[in-house]
Formats: sequence, structure tokens, C-alpha cells
Amino acid sequence: MMKIVVCVKAVPDPQQACNIRIDPVTKTLMRCEVPLVLNPLDKNAMQAALDLKEQFDAHITALSMGPPDAEGIVRECLALGADQGILLSDRAFAGADAYATAYTLATAIAKIGPVHVIFCGMASSDGSTEWVGPEIASFLDLPVVTMVEEIVECRSLQWKVKASLAHGYRLMQVQLPAVFTVTRELNTPRALVFSGIIKARKKSIVRWGIDDLGVPAEAVGLKGSPTIVSKLTTTQSKREVNILTGTREEKATQLLQKLVDSGVV
Amino acid sequence: MKNDYGPVWVIVEQRDCRIRSVSLQLMGQAQKLAAGLNTTVEAVLFGNLMEHHVQPLFAAGADRVFLGSNPQLAFYEPEIYVRAMVRLAQEHEPEIILLGSTAMGRELAPLVAARLQTGLTAHCIDLVLDENNILEQRIPAYGGLLSIICPQKRPQMATIAKGVFPIPEPDPNRSGEIIPVAVPEDMSPRLQTLEVVHEIPDEIPLESAAIVIAGGAGAGDPDGWRQIADLADALNAALGCTRPVVDEGWAPLESMIGQSGRMVSPELYIGVGLSGEQQHMVGITGAKVMVAINNDAKSPVFDQVDYGVVDDCREFVPVLIEKIKAYQKNQVTC
Ligand SMILES: Cc1cc2nc3c(=O)[nH]c(=O)nc-3n(C[C@H](O)[C@H](O)[C@H](O)COP(=O)(O)OP(=O)(O)OC[C@H]3O[C@@H](n4cnc5c(N)ncnc54)[C@H](O)[C@@H]3O)c2cc1C
Ligand SMILES: Cc1cc2nc3c(=O)[nH]c(=O)nc-3n(C[C@H](O)[C@H](O)[C@H](O)COP(=O)(O)OP(=O)(O)OC[C@H]3O[C@@H](n4cnc5c(N)ncnc54)[C@H](O)[C@@H]3O)c2cc1C
Repeated sequence: MMKIVVCVKAVPDPQQACNIRIDPVTKTLMRCEVPLVLNPLDKNAMQAALDLKEQFDAHITALSMGPPDAEGIVRECLALGADQGILLSDRAFAGADAYATAYTLATAIAKIGPVHVIFCGMASSDGSTEWVGPEIASFLDLPVVTMVEEIVECRSLQWKVKASLAHGYRLMQVQLPAVFTVTRELNTPRALVFSGIIKARKKSIVRWGIDDLGVPAEAVGLKGSPTIVSKLTTTQSKREVNILTGTREEKATQLLQKLVDSGVV
Repeated sequence: MKNDYGPVWVIVEQRDCRIRSVSLQLMGQAQKLAAGLNTTVEAVLFGNLMEHHVQPLFAAGADRVFLGSNPQLAFYEPEIYVRAMVRLAQEHEPEIILLGSTAMGRELAPLVAARLQTGLTAHCIDLVLDENNILEQRIPAYGGLLSIICPQKRPQMATIAKGVFPIPEPDPNRSGEIIPVAVPEDMSPRLQTLEVVHEIPDEIPLESAAIVIAGGAGAGDPDGWRQIADLADALNAALGCTRPVVDEGWAPLESMIGQSGRMVSPELYIGVGLSGEQQHMVGITGAKVMVAINNDAKSPVFDQVDYGVVDDCREFVPVLIEKIKAYQKNQVTC
């Protein structure tokens, strides 16, 4: 049986992102008022796993590290068709940078047991570093392909995948087990269906804390993070705006005139 | 004399034996940081038959170039590159490692950082030394600039997009030392590049365009987006976008402007239906004239431009296109 782990992150709803501000004291995100949702690209990661499950005998674990209310997105993954959901939630995990996040996720994956495929999104919508997938691969000493836009061949343990470049692609051959980070071009995530939501109610979510992972407190969360936020400065604009007024026609004429006058058109 | 600080490294990228411009830009910044730390600038370059192509690195500020040159290294080969770079870094203990936010840099950086057990800052828009000579890595966030530091672990690592720093004025008289690096020629059994395909984009490249039109979520739908694309056509401008546009699938990731996308420095920038979030706006540097079209008079974008039009872009853009076409027709006949 093909064992798949999909790493899913609960992110503040990108539609409401402008409400997020940095806590001036702790220098961490104040995400309280913004509801947590499944990171958009992790839907593509989930879909990649579900597509495999349609072709092969496969078992999907959705794995997330986050606050207790990240449980919602793990449940969403169960409703989408994951067989198992694991939430890594512990005060000790809080404040993790990409390195500590990847370390914690990698430790959990090692605890899950042998897996063939680990899917991550290419990036989260909040931190958006793109580091977590490759760093998980480093901690587990697995090969990784980032920015996968097509799985070309997956009938054996030797896969072929296309990884996107700014203009073009790389065709990679990779031996499983391996980590893949996926782009939105890979697939079109299917929407939740009611029967899935009902089925997910019967599935339970496993919750692991620091003791379950058996790692020292210094290795995770803020303490295990090599990077920290040192300060927040505000920026000021150097431009003085001239708002054009009048009817639509007049505004368009004025704008064109300004552009011609300044020599840029 | 022994330096207190290890060297500042730039992981250099080449394509067809030509050093990519982002690497030269980073070399210039590395030189500034190295001056502050009283240390040296070193470049790490892998490729094939690169021996006669390293001079631009010296001219841009490198004191030494670690050169891995063999046929297996012609293209970025992740497993070999990572193994070799990690070993090299462990041996020479750089204080700082800078990489371009390119497809290669974005994959290589975390693979090297994790193995060196150090931190890595993504997509910086400025790099300065703080009062303790620690690298302050600045990123735009939440209406301001966040400084990220890696106080204890070394090296301090960061990725930076092309166009954040200028290419330094080359000094043709500078030279330096080439240190050959023995890089394993055996291919990784578990990961191999079978093919690399570079497509020639048919649109105007954003980086070199004199006029850039950027569209945002305010386009509303594919039809609204097409109007913005038509405006770009009418002005012979390059077309860029914000992240929601990529998320909606109206435009490809390649055309996203900003911190985690492309950096542009056009003569004229017109932002249509976008809110002026920092992560987007930092991608526009040194534009002579900036314009925003937004239906919300209170939008923060209006604090960052020279001319503002408060209007529904779906109504206004077609009118503007008409005016532009009429003007252009006049120009030709006169
Ligand atoms: C504005 C901002 C800038 C930041 N900059 C940096 C920085 O430069 N360096 C740094 O080390 N940290 C940085 N951080 C912190 C970092 O973003 C997070 O702490 C985070 O836990 C992991 O990184 P990411 O969100 O960037 O993930 P990415 O690497 O962008 O996420 C890619 C994929 O990894 C998986 N994944 C990520 N997080 C989880 C999770 N918690 N559970 C399950 N799967 C997950 C998902 O599949 C996701 O799609 C920053 C945070 C913010 C808010
Ligand atoms: C770590 C990180 C990195 C990021 N990197 C980037 C990046 O590189 N590039 C990038 O672009 N974003 C990036 N983002 C996202 C960024 O923060 C913003 O979310 C994004 O730029 C907002 O895009 P927008 O202005 O199009 O959308 P919105 O903020 O939703 O703004 C839409 C605007 O359109 C206006 N509008 C609506 N309808 C109309 C209409 N009919 N006519 C006229 N105006 C209308 C609204 O008034 C509003 O101002 C990043 C985010 C993070 C966290």
C-alpha cells in the first residue's frame, strides 16, 4: 500500500489578510480575529494525494502543526478523503520558524512510520517562505522536488515529475520515498461534498504534543528557531498624490495628458 | 591576519556559462557587508567549462571563487550541488551566504540551510548590519518592514530577488583567486534531472519594460482581467499582477510583481484594482511616474502614487484605452 502524508497548514484567511498585524511586544502574528483556513496550495497537495488514491491502494495522512483550532482544517482534509488526521499542537511548538516547523513535522513523519510520498504546498499564504518542504526532506534525508506542476509517471517507485521554472520546466526522475512541493498548476482541487463531511465525523483526529514526539523543548517552537524577528519598522511613502477629478471621460483625458507631459508615453 | 568574521558568500548561478545578473547584484551587496565585517567576499560557482567565465565575478567584488567545473555540473543538479556546497561551507565557515530567489536558489537554499542547521530568511528586500554586526534581513510585512535576524547560528542565510540591489560598476582591474572544488561526478541514484526546458516568453519581459501595468483583485473576473491586459497592449507595456490574480488563475505566477515575485523598475507604473500592499509595492523600484486606478478613495495605494483615479476599473479602463488609441492615431497622422 502506498503511504502518503500531506502536510497542511492552517493560515489566516487570505481574503481577510489586511486585518493581520504584528504584535508589537511579542513580534509574532496577531491572528486572533481572522479565521483559520486550509492554506490554498495545500488543497492542491491534498488533491494530488486523492488522485493517487483513485489509481492505487493508498493511505493518506493529513498532518498539521498549529494551535488547537487548526483542528478544523485537519477535519476538512478528512472530509476531502484523508484516512487519518494528525494535529501537532502544544504550547512548546508555538513561534516556530520554518526550520523548527520542518523539524517538528519531520519528527512526526518519522513517528508515523515508513511513508512513500510526502506532499507539501509550494508555499503558505502567510509566511510564504517555501522552506518547509525542502527542510522536511533534509531532516528525513529524502530527495525533494519543489514546484511540481505535473506528475508524469508514478506507476513504479521511480517517479517522473515536471517542476516549474519561471519560463519552462525541469523534468526530474526521483526514487521514492520522496518529498514534493506542489503548485496550483498541478491539479484543480475538488470541493467538499456533503457525504465526505458526514464520513469525516466518524474519523478521529490524533493529537500529538511534545511528549509524544519525544523531542527536547529546545528543539521546537521559538526556542528551536534559528531566526527571530528583531524589529518592526514602518515605512513612509515619498509620493504626493494628485487625484484626478471630473467625469470618467475627463479623468481619462487628464491622465493621458499627464503621462504625455511627463514624457513616459 | 585572522578575521573575526568568516567570509561573505554568494552562491552564483550561471546559464550557458553566463553569470546571471542576480548573482552580480548580490556580489555588490556582499562586498558592502564584507567591508563592514572586515572580511572577504567569496563566490561559489558550479558549471561546466566555466574557467574562462569567472572574471565578471572578480570585477563585481569577489576576492575568491570556489569553482566546481565538470560536465555533471552544467545544470543545477540538486543532490550533487547540495552535498558539495554543504561540505564547502562546513570547511570554510562563511559568516553569511546569499542566494538569488530563483528557481534554483529557492530550492537549494533551504536544503543547504537545514543541513548546516541554520536559519534562512526568504525574499529579503534589504540587508544591513546591525550594531552588533548581525545581519538584519528585512522583509515587507503587515504595513511595515520586519527585520529578521539569525543571532546564534552560522552562517546567516538569505534569498534575495533579482533587481533588489543594483549590479555594481564592474572594476576590470580587480582579480582574485580561483579555487577548484572537487565535486563528485557520480550522479545521485535517487534524484536526477532528465531535461531542462527554457521557453522563450512571447510577452514583454517585466524587468526591462519601460511601462508596467499591474492588475489586482479588483479586476473582478477574467473579463475584467482581459481589459487590463488590453490596456497593457495599447501602451505596449509589460503586464504584471498581484497575488490574488495568480490565485484566481487569471495570470501566471511568472507575472507576479513583489517581494516573492518579480522586481520591476519602469518609467511608468500603473496599478489597476490593487490595494498597494507592501509585498506588492516593494517590487516597484525607482519608477519615474506611478499611477493608481481604484474605486476606493481611501485605498492605501493612493499614498504611494503620483496620480490617482478613483473609479471602477471595469468602466474606466475601456475609456482610457479609447483615449490612448485616439492619441496614438493622431501621432501617426501628424
Ligand atoms: C511575514 C512572515 C515572514 C516570515 N519569514 C520567515 C523567514 O524568512 N524564515 C523563517 O524561517 N521563517 C519565517 N517566518 C516564519 C514561518 O513562516 C513560519 O513560522 C512557518 O511555521 C513555516 O513556514 P511557512 O509558513 O513559510 O511555510 P512554507 O514553507 O511557505 O509552506 C510550504 C508548505 O509547508 C507545509 N507547512 C508549512 N507549515 C506547516 C505546518 N505548520 N503544518 C503542516 N504543514 C506545514 C504546507 O504543506 C505548506 O504548503 C515568517 C513568518 C511570517 C508571518
Ligand atoms: C510573505 C508574503 C509575500 C507576498 N508576496 C507578494 C508578492 O510578491 N506580490 C504580491 O502582489 N502579493 C504578495 N503577497 C500578497 C499581498 O500581501 C497582498 O495580499 C496582495 O498584494 C493584494 O493584492 P491586491 O491588491 O490585488 O488585492 P486586494 O488587497 O484585495 O485589493 C484589491 C483592490 O481592488 C480595489 N477594487 C475592487 N474592485 C474594484 C473595481 N471594480 N475597480 C477598481 N478597483 C477595485 C479594492 O478597493 C482594493 O483596493 C504576499 C503576502 C505575503 C504574506
